[in-house]
Amino acid sequence: MYVETVTPEQPQKITTSQHGSKAVKRFVALSSYGSPYLWLMGGMLGISLVMIVGLLLLILVMGSSTFWPQKIVQFETVDGKRHLGEITRTETYKPSNEQVGELPEAYRNKARQFLESQEGFSKRYLVRTGNYELTNTHFHWISDFQIQNTTYPEWAFVWERVSWGRFYGILKGFQVDGKTVTEDPWETYRLFQEQFPGVQKKRKQIYHLEKEVLGSLNSRLEKARLKVREKELNLKKATGESREARQRELQEAIDAYSSLKEKLEAEYGNVRSRIETLKAETKRHGVLMQVTDGSVVPVPLATIVRGYPANQLGWLEKLSVYWDRWKEFLLEEPREANSEGGVFPAIFGTVVMTLLMSLVVSPLGVIAALYLREYARAGVLVSAVRIALNNLAGVPSIVFGVFGLGFFCYFLGTSIDRLFFEARLPNPTFGTGGLLWSALTLALLTLPVVIVASEEVLAAVPNSMREGAYACGASKWQTIQRIVIPRALPGILTGMILAMARGAGEVAPLMLVGAVKLAPELPIDGNFPFIHLERSFMHLGFHIYDVGFQSQNSEAAKPMVFTTTLLLILIIVILNLVAIYLRNRLYRKFISREV
Amino acid sequence: MLQKLEPVDGRRNMKDPKIQESVNAIVRVAHGMEMEPAIHPAVTHLKDNEVVLRIKEFSLWYGKTQTLFRISMDIPKGKVTALIGPSGCGKSTLLRSVNRLNDLIDGVRISGDMLLNGDSIYAPEVDVIELRKRMGMVAQKPNPFPMSIYENVVFPLRIDGIRDRRILDEVCERSLRGAALWDEVKDRLQDSALALSGGQQQRLCIARAIAADPEVLLMDEPASSLDPIATAKVEELIHQLRGEYTILIVTHNMQQAARLSDFTAFMYMGRLIEYAPTGILFVKPQLKETEDYILGRFG
Repeated sequence: MYVETVTPEQPQKITTSQHGSKAVKRFVALSSYGSPYLWLMGGMLGISLVMIVGLLLLILVMGSSTFWPQKIVQFETVDGKRHLGEITRTETYKPSNEQVGELPEAYRNKARQFLESQEGFSKRYLVRTGNYELTNTHFHWISDFQIQNTTYPEWAFVWERVSWGRFYGILKGFQVDGKTVTEDPWETYRLFQEQFPGVQKKRKQIYHLEKEVLGSLNSRLEKARLKVREKELNLKKATGESREARQRELQEAIDAYSSLKEKLEAEYGNVRSRIETLKAETKRHGVLMQVTDGSVVPVPLATIVRGYPANQLGWLEKLSVYWDRWKEFLLEEPREANSEGGVFPAIFGTVVMTLLMSLVVSPLGVIAALYLREYARAGVLVSAVRIALNNLAGVPSIVFGVFGLGFFCYFLGTSIDRLFFEARLPNPTFGTGGLLWSALTLALLTLPVVIVASEEVLAAVPNSMREGAYACGASKWQTIQRIVIPRALPGILTGMILAMARGAGEVAPLMLVGAVKLAPELPIDGNFPFIHLERSFMHLGFHIYDVGFQSQNSEAAKPMVFTTTLLLILIIVILNLVAIYLRNRLYRKFISREV
Repeated sequence: MLQKLEPVDGRRNMKDPKIQESVNAIVRVAHGMEMEPAIHPAVTHLKDNEVVLRIKEFSLWYGKTQTLFRISMDIPKGKVTALIGPSGCGKSTLLRSVNRLNDLIDGVRISGDMLLNGDSIYAPEVDVIELRKRMGMVAQKPNPFPMSIYENVVFPLRIDGIRDRRILDEVCERSLRGAALWDEVKDRLQDSALALSGGQQQRLCIARAIAADPEVLLMDEPASSLDPIATAKVEELIHQLRGEYTILIVTHNMQQAARLSDFTAFMYMGRLIEYAPTGILFVKPQLKETEDYILGRFG
């Protein structure tokens, strides 16, 4: 019908020429084109990804390469000195004239020519030479124009030691009781491998005796002393008739204390002598090492943590050293002012503190959000509370630290001390930074995150569900408890994940309220009451700061910064994965089976 | 809205004078010119024991807007009563007023009262929670709770604190059979209710609504979000429930009302216009407005 009513020529003209040209000429708004915006958004995402992935990659590469054993190189410089060690860093720089001028006369021209051939640039190596007690330095910079000769000695050995850092040298022999029993490197290496496990075992025994046995003796004595102190205080407060009874109690406590002291002192001496014998035994064996100035130095096995002939290692042996170092890193305590050894106490402290914080912040935040969303009548006050919460999320974390120190440690803590731990004063128990106060401070810090996230999920629970419950005759609380909370739980967990990630990575406030460089004891141990919330603790974030910026041997600590960062990120990822797994399970249970 | 509904004069080109006339009548109502609703004698002279719900001069305001105007009607026992009318006429509001769900909305005021088997619903001393337990409700969109099928059905008992497994099991089976869902879900009672299809979810909601043996079953367009097959199933179910339960159903599907209900009330602009046995209302309506609506001239 349509075709018949119009003549064939005219409408065709209109559609092709007139309409067609009109469409081309007409101005078209930029926003109606899709592609520039697509590029813009894609570009933004790309930039973000590059930054995030770049940072993670840097940490991953630097962090995971720290423990890989490297070859030991020996540089012979033109001034006749030798340097033995591992190359930790390489960089290109432009040496000044004076630096070349310091070379011996004969080599100056050669060096100048060498530099000229490289357009004035020189490559220099940072060599970790160790042997701090001999050279007073851990590192040497060596530029390529100084080098006369580069070798990789077959029996170059690196010893990681309990103290003084690493020792680099060439294996020269084995000592027993000060006498050299062999000078053959193969034989020496064999003897070392034979004797070392025994030494390690004894060292563990010494550690056990010093830390646990002596520690428990000390704590028993301390308890008795506190009892005496308590009775003294009781006596002071007592009046009239009760004075006599108190006096008697005090005398009993003093007697008990002195008899215990006597008994413990005997035990103490016993343990001490056992430690001494063990120590003497570990000192019997030693390896002889030739250092770069030609002298031969004995290194007692007692001081050694690990050692290997770096230039002879195959791929598998390197892997085993690498694995061994990771194991130490994850499971042992730090040594050498945190720049070597493990970070186990820090891992432990971080995880315990984060879990404790989640335990505090989630109920608090969720209940607050429930009140705001379900009970509070919308109005000026509720809006003000919401704005305040959002502002709280923007407060610098150090402010929370200051608040925690002032309110928790000094106000609450000293009150608790005065009420319950009077006998221990003037030594503070809760009146100083500790695990509990850190967890509470971080809970406060992450509270806005949890409240805001929870409130959003609560708002997302369909009203039809609430009405369904009310229509069944459920009360408000029954509706919230049986319908709203289960339905919102996965989302609430998401908020907790965010809070945990934020809390676990926070350092600044912790420095004020309880994280320390080196905690003598873990917050959870075998002594009653097992969980010691008042103890200060180590934290990975603080550990990174401490190792990176407060360390004596900062160059050696640098790789540890990356490794510890990697570890911290991994721990946060693991905590998150657990929470995500939980969330998905809940999601499947309460919301939908398709995830 | 009222401005749009000025009485139509001759200047507008109305082809059908009949439409013009009926629109004029509707506009009269809209402007608040009181009009006696046409109520069929079959539902005016009911004895007390034949009536489940008695609505007396009920008006309702959302803030300053009045949405229900002095509605009076009796819902007979054991019958299906349908509320029909165009969107926004207040039929859902009336339904939600029966179990006082409107209380949850801020700024709602009412006047008048309703009686559920003789007990006042809006008297100040009424315990709303106890009151709601005497009714069942099925919402427009299926709203199963985030829990298992079993727990969904026995929810009204659970909130009463009933823990006896035997009672719960029995009620669950009886309600699911009553909702014609038992055979489909009996093997997966512990699965999430949210995994069911939309039609099954709605029948589950009906099972939940009848679990506590309600005195009246309120249904708010129970089939409007379902596909035709699921709708047919739900309709069949309502058909089965007729006689056993008193059902008050809101629908804007006139065929559905005609198929399902014993009595039909036509509402418009917050007023009850006509209330009669379904057969009479659809075949020989008293008022022009009703006739125009059911013939599809407006709405």
